Amino acid sequence: MINQIGAYSLYICLFVSVYLILKSYISSKNFDKKIDQTFFATLSVQLLMTILSFFTLVFAFVFSDFSNITVFNNSHTLKPLFYKISGTWGNHEGSLLLWLLVLTFFLFIFFVTSKKMNVRYRILTILFQEIIILGFLLFILFTSNPFLNIFPIPDEGLGLNPILQDPALAIHPPLLYVGYVGTSIIFSASLAALITKTVDNVWASHIKNWILISWIFLSVGILLGSIWAYYELGWGGFWFWDPVENVSLMPWFCLTALLHSIIVLKNRNVFHSWTVILSITTFSLSMSGTFLVRSGILNSIHTFANDPSRGVFILTFLLFLVLLAVFIFFFNQKNFPDTYQRSFLVSRETSILINNWFMMFFLSVVLVGTAYPIFLEVINDAKISVGPPFYHKLIVPFLIPFLFFMALGPNIKWIKDKIKKLNISQIIFLILSFVISFFIVLNTNTNYLFSTLLFTFSFYLFFNVINSFQKKNSNLSQKVSHLGFSIFMLSILFNGILSKENSANMKVGDEINFLNKKLIFENVKVESDSNFKKLVGEFKLNDNGKIIHFKPEIRVYSQPETITSEADISSTLFSDNFLVFSLIKNDGFFNVRYQHKPLMIWIWISVLLMSLGGVFSFFKLNEK
Amino acid sequence: MKNNKIFYFIVILIVAIFFVLLLGLKEEKNYSPQPETKKLNNSISLQELYSGKNIFLNDLLLENELNLINIWASWCLPCKAEHPYLINLNERFDINLIGINYKDNLDNSKKFLSDLGNPYDEVLVDSDGIKSIELGAIGVPETYLINNEFKIIKKFIGPLDQDDYENIISLIKK
Repeated sequence: MINQIGAYSLYICLFVSVYLILKSYISSKNFDKKIDQTFFATLSVQLLMTILSFFTLVFAFVFSDFSNITVFNNSHTLKPLFYKISGTWGNHEGSLLLWLLVLTFFLFIFFVTSKKMNVRYRILTILFQEIIILGFLLFILFTSNPFLNIFPIPDEGLGLNPILQDPALAIHPPLLYVGYVGTSIIFSASLAALITKTVDNVWASHIKNWILISWIFLSVGILLGSIWAYYELGWGGFWFWDPVENVSLMPWFCLTALLHSIIVLKNRNVFHSWTVILSITTFSLSMSGTFLVRSGILNSIHTFANDPSRGVFILTFLLFLVLLAVFIFFFNQKNFPDTYQRSFLVSRETSILINNWFMMFFLSVVLVGTAYPIFLEVINDAKISVGPPFYHKLIVPFLIPFLFFMALGPNIKWIKDKIKKLNISQIIFLILSFVISFFIVLNTNTNYLFSTLLFTFSFYLFFNVINSFQKKNSNLSQKVSHLGFSIFMLSILFNGILSKENSANMKVGDEINFLNKKLIFENVKVESDSNFKKLVGEFKLNDNGKIIHFKPEIRVYSQPETITSEADISSTLFSDNFLVFSLIKNDGFFNVRYQHKPLMIWIWISVLLMSLGGVFSFFKLNEK
Repeated sequence: MKNNKIFYFIVILIVAIFFVLLLGLKEEKNYSPQPETKKLNNSISLQELYSGKNIFLNDLLLENELNLINIWASWCLPCKAEHPYLINLNERFDINLIGINYKDNLDNSKKFLSDLGNPYDEVLVDSDGIKSIELGAIGVPETYLINNEFKIIKKFIGPLDQDDYENIISLIKK
C-alpha cells in the first residue's frame, strides 16, 4: 500500500514535469510582464509530491517494511533507528530520490526568491531545471524504482553495509547532494540568462548566493567524507585520491573558480562568457561524477549497483544536457553584453583570473588522473593505476606560486593598481616566513627545497591574511576563507613532515619500544552490541611519561557478515594519536598499527573556516 | 568563423568522449574477444558453503568435463529466474557446475538452495564480492563457461535464458 503511494506520487511528478516543460516553453515565447500564477501552484504540487514520495520511503525504512525491495536489500530490524533512517539514502534508489527532492526543492526556492528578476529569465530557468528533473524522474522510474514490491514478503532484510554505519557518513551524502544538485540551478539559470541577454552584474549578485550555497555544502560534504575515511577505514589518511573522491573534488575546483569569477562579474561587469562556461562545466562535472559512481565503471566503496543500463541512461542524459548547453552557448554568443573594459595587468581582476587558471590546472590534473585510466582501458585494454604520487608531483609544485598570488591578490585594488617601490611589510613577511620555514625543515631532516618554499609561502599567506584583519576595506568572508586555506596548507605540511608510525604483530601481554615510546598490549575482550559483536583491545602507550589508553575495536557484523576495524583516536589540539588493530590468523596475534599525526584536527577546522567564510558572504556580513 | 570551428571541435570532442565511455560500459559485458588470454586466476580460494573449508577454485575444475561457474545470490531475483535452467543442465548433462554465492547471508543462501533445489556440484561463498570481481563479474547473476584448459570461453551476463541454455547444450555435445 505504502509503496503505491510513493510510486504514484512520482508519476504525478512526472506529469507535472512534462506539463511545466511545455508550459514554460510556450510562456517563454510570449513576453508577458507578469508571471503566470499556475507556475507557483504546479511547482508546489511537484515539491509536495516529491516530499511525500521521499517520506514514504523513509517510513518504509523506519518500520522495516520488507515488502519494499529497496528496504529488504538495505535494512534490517536490528539496525538502530538512526541508521534505518540514513539507510534511506545509503543505497542507489533512495539516494536518487533524495537527489530529486533537492532538485525540486531548489527550483521552488529559486522561484520564490527570484521575483525581482526578469520574467522570461525565471521561466526559462524553470524550463531547463524541469528538463533535468524529468531526466532524473525517468531514470528513477525506469531503472531505479525504489518502490518495487517483493512477494512473498521476507521476514528479515539483508542489512546495510556496516562500514556505512557511521554518523559522519550518514549525513555526508545528503550534504554532498545539496552541493552537487545546487549546481543544477546555476546551470539552468546561466543558460536562461544567456538566452535572455541578462548575463550582467545584476544577475551575478543574484546567482552568487546559489554558487555560495553549493560551494558551502560541497565543501562540508567532502570534509565529512574525509573525516569518515580517516576514522573508519583505519588507514590513517584523510585523502586517498580515490576516483570517487576525485569526482567530488573536480566540481569543487570549478565551483571555487566560479565563486571568484562571479565576484569580478558582479563588481566590474566583465568575464561574462567565462562565467557561463564555468557554470556549465561545474554542473557537467557533477553529472559526470554521478555517472562514474553509479554506472559501475569504477570499482570502489561508493559503487552502489552494477547495472549497465543505468550507466547508459545517465551517460546519454549527460550527453544530451552538455550538447544542449554547448548549442545554447554558441548560438547566443551575440547576447553577451558588449562592455569592453580596459584591463590592466596589476589589478584585482588579473589576480582573480590567475586564481581561475590555477583552479583549471588543478582540475585538469585530477580529471586526467581519473579519466585517463578508463580511456586507456577502453582503447588499449591496458590497466594502469594512477595514485597519489601522480597528483602530488603535478599539484604540489604549483601550490607555491598559487599561495604567493593568493597572498597578494586581495591587497590589489580593482581596475588598476601600482606596484609600490618597496612594500616594507611584505618584505618582512617574506623574510620572516622563510626563516621560520628554514628552521622547521632543518629540524625535521627533510632537506628539500620544495618543503622550505611550500612552508615559506604558506606562512607568507598566513601572515598576510592575519595582517588584513586590521584593515577595514577588504571583506570579512574572504579573510576568513583565506585564513582557513592558509591553516589548511600549514596543517597538512606539518602533518606530512612530522607524522610517525609504527606497525607490529603483537599478542596479549606483548610490549614494544619505538621512537622513545612504549606500547603495551594489555588485554582483549569480546563484547556484544545490538547488531554486531566486537573484540575490544586494550593498549597502553607510554610517551615520555605521558600515558594514553587506547581501545580500538574489531567489529563483526552479522547482516551481512562483515569485519571492520575501528581505530581508537585520541585527539588534542596539537596532535592525534591513532591506533588500529586487525586480526591476522587465529593464533592470537594481531597486527597493531600506531600513528602519531600532528595538527590533524586543524585540517578539519580549517576546512570549516573556509566554509564559514562562504556562510558570512551568504548572509552579507561583509557589507556591514 | 573562428567560433564555428571551436563549436564543431567541442561537439565532436564531447561525442567522442561519450562513445569511449559507452564502450567502457559495454566492455566487460562482451564475450571476451581473445579467449586464450583469459586464463583463470589460479590463486582464488573461497569457503565452501556447507563445510566452511577453504578451497581453491582451480582444484574444483575438471579436465574431462565442461566447467560452468555461476555467480548468484539469494537476494537476486533474476537468479531465481535462471535457476530451473541450471537444475536442468546438471540433471541431464555431464557438466561440472560450480556456484559462487555473492555477498549473501549464509542462512538465506542455504534456504534458497533447499527451497528451489541445489543444481551445483560445489558452492563457494564470496561474502564480500571481491573474488567475483577478480573473476571479472560486474553483477549477479553471471555464468562463465570454462574449457578443459581452464580458460573462460564464454561469459553470460545476466540471467540465462532459453537461447543461452541451448547454446551451452550445443557446446557440451560437441
